[in-house]
Amino acid sequence: MLDPDLSIRNNVNAVSLHGVTKVYDNGTVALGPLDLAIRKGEFVSLLGSSGCGKSTALRIIAGLIQPTSGSVDTATRSGHSIGFVFQEPTLMPWCNVRENVRLPLKLAHMAKAESDGRVADALAQVGLAEFADAFPRELSGGMKMRVSLARALVTDPDILLMDEPFAALDEITRFRLNNDLLALWRRLGKTVVFVTHSVFESVYLSQRVVVMTSRPGRISAECRIDAAEPRGDEFRTSMAYAGHCRDVSQALMQASGEEIRL
Amino acid sequence: MNGLEPLPSAVREPGASRVQMRWPRILPPLVVFALGVVAWDLIVRIGEIPPYLLPGPLLVLSTLISDWTILSDSLAVTLLTALEGFVAAAIGGIALALLFNRSRWLEYSLLPYAIVLQVTPVIAIAPLMLIYLPQQTAVVVCAWIVAFFPVLANTTLGLNSVDRNLAGLFQLYGASRGQTLRYLKLPAALPYILGGLRIAGGLSLIGAVAAEIAAGAAGAGSGLAYRISESSYRLNIPRMFAALLLLSAAGVVIYMLLALVSHVALRRWHESALRKEN
Repeated sequence: MLDPDLSIRNNVNAVSLHGVTKVYDNGTVALGPLDLAIRKGEFVSLLGSSGCGKSTALRIIAGLIQPTSGSVDTATRSGHSIGFVFQEPTLMPWCNVRENVRLPLKLAHMAKAESDGRVADALAQVGLAEFADAFPRELSGGMKMRVSLARALVTDPDILLMDEPFAALDEITRFRLNNDLLALWRRLGKTVVFVTHSVFESVYLSQRVVVMTSRPGRISAECRIDAAEPRGDEFRTSMAYAGHCRDVSQALMQASGEEIRL
Repeated sequence: MNGLEPLPSAVREPGASRVQMRWPRILPPLVVFALGVVAWDLIVRIGEIPPYLLPGPLLVLSTLISDWTILSDSLAVTLLTALEGFVAAAIGGIALALLFNRSRWLEYSLLPYAIVLQVTPVIAIAPLMLIYLPQQTAVVVCAWIVAFFPVLANTTLGLNSVDRNLAGLFQLYGASRGQTLRYLKLPAALPYILGGLRIAGGLSLIGAVAAEIAAGAAGAGSGLAYRISESSYRLNIPRMFAALLLLSAAGVVIYMLLALVSHVALRRWHESALRKEN
């Protein structure tokens, strides 16, 4: 089991953005300039209101969108791509769970015999081993999200990017997936960049919350969440958690206040 | 370490109420059919309508049986023509849609002409085709002209309906063009393609019949449409009805076969093929 604090002490950046901006064709400045460094093994949340460009930032890190200016560096071992979890489960409805999870390996031309084991491992990690033959439509929203997570993990990525993955789920399911995600992060020691608009979710999950303003999306504040690991449901009800939530809420309100003054 | 909690079991649709579901789909049309035949028979009998104006259903049936050798040969010819036109339309429509999907310029350049071909009535094109092409080829080309456009239009729609996030995912994992086509675009477009094929099946029969009628006027040909115009000249109205009945039945069978193919291909995942629940 990897100790996340240990990997932070290595102080090597997994993701670094330098002066990244994004201007859309219609002239809207969506993002930046943005400077952000995320250490290896760190769990960072990007927090902001809807449309503040946090998803754009995540897509730029993933390489799905090219920044208008600035540079993006991601440190991954060769052959280990970035894992991405979308807000929607984004599964192929015509494939069963196993084939959905196998997709990244299939695209990398890995032989079926070789990928079988890795797919089974990824499904076991998210607790879906028994549902390999089910089709996405047969699963609940939370289970679909687990499949999406398993697919992101199957390539054993160094960096996991998550774009409001649990926003559409009910609270009970979201809490459970929060706990499962923390357990996976502690176990696998991956760098996680988590986009959310929920103060409570960001404080519960992350070591660092990056608060963003909108139009254009800039970093307005950073809050470090020092809490005893491993976090669990007792942390969710603790005074410390409430204190962090208050701080982050204030930072978020300040960020929105800056917008209004603009 | 695996601290994950057990999950609720997946919800699978109950297999019950399948039989009950099916009868309302079959019974009412059958009742309507029976009522229609009885009404037809009564009108002929009570009105004492002569068979050269309107033959009764029993006479049509007996003609169908007595002329079966001639009619079945013609049916085979027409079906083969329609099948050739359909296969050509399926291949041509899908291939052209794939080309359009790859090159916008090609789409802009060729799509207007595909539309021109579609909106010009085939019955008006058929005589020209018969001048330039051997008869059998001309008939198949006509069937193809009518049938290919729905395949092209639906496949294009399907290829453009790919989930953007899924496309992003393929991009993220460095999928090649071929992989994206095979694993993403074609499966995503499949329900649309099958819908287009279902329309094309009926249309290819229409195209074949229209061209046969045009060709029949030129003297040769032995398709069902030719039998219909031939019977018309000879005032053999019962045989006209029998041939017409066969054509309709052929159209219905084609439609049902394609609907079955569509259902089998999509039954595990697509909304259209799922039984309604709740």
